[in-house]
Amino acid sequence: MEVERTKLRGLSPLDRPRSPAELRVRQLRARDMLRGDLEGADLDEYVESRVLTTTLERAQSWARGNSLFPATFGLACCAIEMMSMVSARYDTSRFGAEVFRASPRQADMLILSGRVSIKMAPVVRRIYDQMLEPKWVLSMGACSSSGGMFANYAVVQGADKFLPVDIHIPGCPPRPEALIYGILKLQRKVFGDPDLGWRERYRAGGTEEGRRPWKAGALPVERVGSAPAAGIVTGHGQPGAAQLDAPVGHPQLTGHEARDAYEEAEEDEPAAGPRPAVGWRDDA
Amino acid sequence: MNPTTRAPDYADTVRTPEELGRDAIGRTEAQVIGTSPIERTAIEREEELFTINMGPHHPATHGVLRLLVSLEGEVVRDLKPVMGYVHTGIEKSCEDKSYWKAIPFIERMDYLAYYSNMAAFCGAAETLLDLEIPPRAAWLRILHLELNRIHSHLVGLGTSALDLGAISMFWYCFRERDTILDLFEMSSGQRMHTRYFQVGGVAEDIPVGFARKVREFCALMPGRIAEYEALLDHNEIFLQRMKDVGIVPRERLLELGVTGPLLRAAGEPWDLRKVEHALPYADFEFDVPIGTVGDNWDRYRVRLAEMRESVRIIEQAVDGLPEGSWIADERHVVLPPRHELATSMEALIQHFKLVTEGFRVPPGEAYFPVEGPRGEYGVFLVADGSAKPARVHMRDPSFVNLQALREMCVGGYVADLIANLAMLDPILGGIDR
Repeated sequence: MEVERTKLRGLSPLDRPRSPAELRVRQLRARDMLRGDLEGADLDEYVESRVLTTTLERAQSWARGNSLFPATFGLACCAIEMMSMVSARYDTSRFGAEVFRASPRQADMLILSGRVSIKMAPVVRRIYDQMLEPKWVLSMGACSSSGGMFANYAVVQGADKFLPVDIHIPGCPPRPEALIYGILKLQRKVFGDPDLGWRERYRAGGTEEGRRPWKAGALPVERVGSAPAAGIVTGHGQPGAAQLDAPVGHPQLTGHEARDAYEEAEEDEPAAGPRPAVGWRDDA
Repeated sequence: MNPTTRAPDYADTVRTPEELGRDAIGRTEAQVIGTSPIERTAIEREEELFTINMGPHHPATHGVLRLLVSLEGEVVRDLKPVMGYVHTGIEKSCEDKSYWKAIPFIERMDYLAYYSNMAAFCGAAETLLDLEIPPRAAWLRILHLELNRIHSHLVGLGTSALDLGAISMFWYCFRERDTILDLFEMSSGQRMHTRYFQVGGVAEDIPVGFARKVREFCALMPGRIAEYEALLDHNEIFLQRMKDVGIVPRERLLELGVTGPLLRAAGEPWDLRKVEHALPYADFEFDVPIGTVGDNWDRYRVRLAEMRESVRIIEQAVDGLPEGSWIADERHVVLPPRHELATSMEALIQHFKLVTEGFRVPPGEAYFPVEGPRGEYGVFLVADGSAKPARVHMRDPSFVNLQALREMCVGGYVADLIANLAMLDPILGGIDR
């Protein structure tokens, strides 16, 4: 039997029954299944219709990405637009990121909303350190991304000088829509499916900072997945991170195509050793 | 901080035993806290002072303010603000920029009163240049300044109510705030930090339909203010947190140099719009609301009344908006119209010189104050004859008003500190600059 191994993103794990009668039928079938009364084709049909298999990691990141808890942490002008993001017009609760937590220990997303002065940088770093893993950082606006217009003695020229930043949002200040867009991009990253960064888009693999330059004549190895636009990848243990460095045998493919090819190849050759207990069922 | 290891400048704030039990207006502890045994448990007389650190990351400090609070039980005995966590070096950065490129820096000081910042800076530069702005520009400035005042008060009210537990106010205030930001976006293209004012007038004339939108807003806003009052004025929790809390007498506020709604709530009718002013506020009919007691309740009431008066001013400004140019016809200061660049060599040269070097300002000093949402925004400008200012200083009301925080809080509960700070409505970007 072909068990569909699919991503959880975009799927509701439970589709609601349409009527009480239908619910009753489902309950009875579930009872039969649990008793072991269903066999053969019946069981396969039941499993196909009712069970969605995935890996625990994917289910976890699906849940995490859809309930990001930002820290109540405003720095300057951008903080006002960050508050607007929660307000009724923009309503970031549509994306599950509206519950601002006053304590960094209850938050998993730090929005650096404003200029980070040199006096504030250790405080920001301490707040980041107090947050529990997994955690993500959004750098909102020009100041915290690069120092912005304040190229002077007082402002840290980019918050990624002292903590890992996942998403940079341009603007001075960014509109609330821009911030929500950044949060959606972060969600993609949390789901383990980061969007194309500029290196992927322009086929500039191998230009990462600190890498050895490519030898003349050698083909650059395409990389699966991608770094975010700023090129700063902090794995934070999301499932996509393991794939980031895996070279594939299709150098002409990029981005999503390459990842699909990689996944297909993986399916063709099951990993050695025992299969994971969760999400797998031996073929009949 | 251990009370035994206080810094020397902290020593003068220690009060004598007779003073210790009294608040800023000399009320005894029994009058403030009460006499019943349950109320008295808030004070543990035998305990030594316990100093806690509030901020710089605290959701109720309205920014990155840090407060060292000395508590005796639950009662605030001393308070010391520590600032500089969002110090941006704006005043220094302005010295590196030509006059018209410094305006975006000035805007980002008090980030809820960007029009006031701009008006003060442009006014100071115009004073030095001896430049008269056309009446349409002056009226447009007043229109936007008053919209900005409502916007700032809305954010202040929404977040203050949020701090006191009334989250609905936040939604409603931000709903109206967004309609104001739509107007800003319509006239300038940006929601915040619009850089709409510039030396010589305003950047652009208002677009078609702006006046209609403003009138719609003016028709809508008084009803919305009435809704806020209906929500808060009879709310027992809100009343208890506001009434008779944080009183500072008028004389003390004047000594401290406090301006704005804080001072007017204490009964002093000081408003720069009513004294002689470079902007033609004299052509407008409006009142200056004042309070009587000077507690948080008066501060809240004064701000609501000010929003009503601002709506009146906006209505008059949009109805009586003079025709004419929106920027002075001074080609040595003002960019030539865009269409002239294609046909006139002189305009092209003028444009090039202004964009690359900027205009030169004759040597001198000027101070230009504007009544903003928090009080007196004043820019002190020193020019040395070059195209860049020699010194830019902003007299920011949040910075001066913050001095009153200690007087407001000492002798009261630590919970009232939150209410006091919310009604003080400081903007840390303006304090630290």
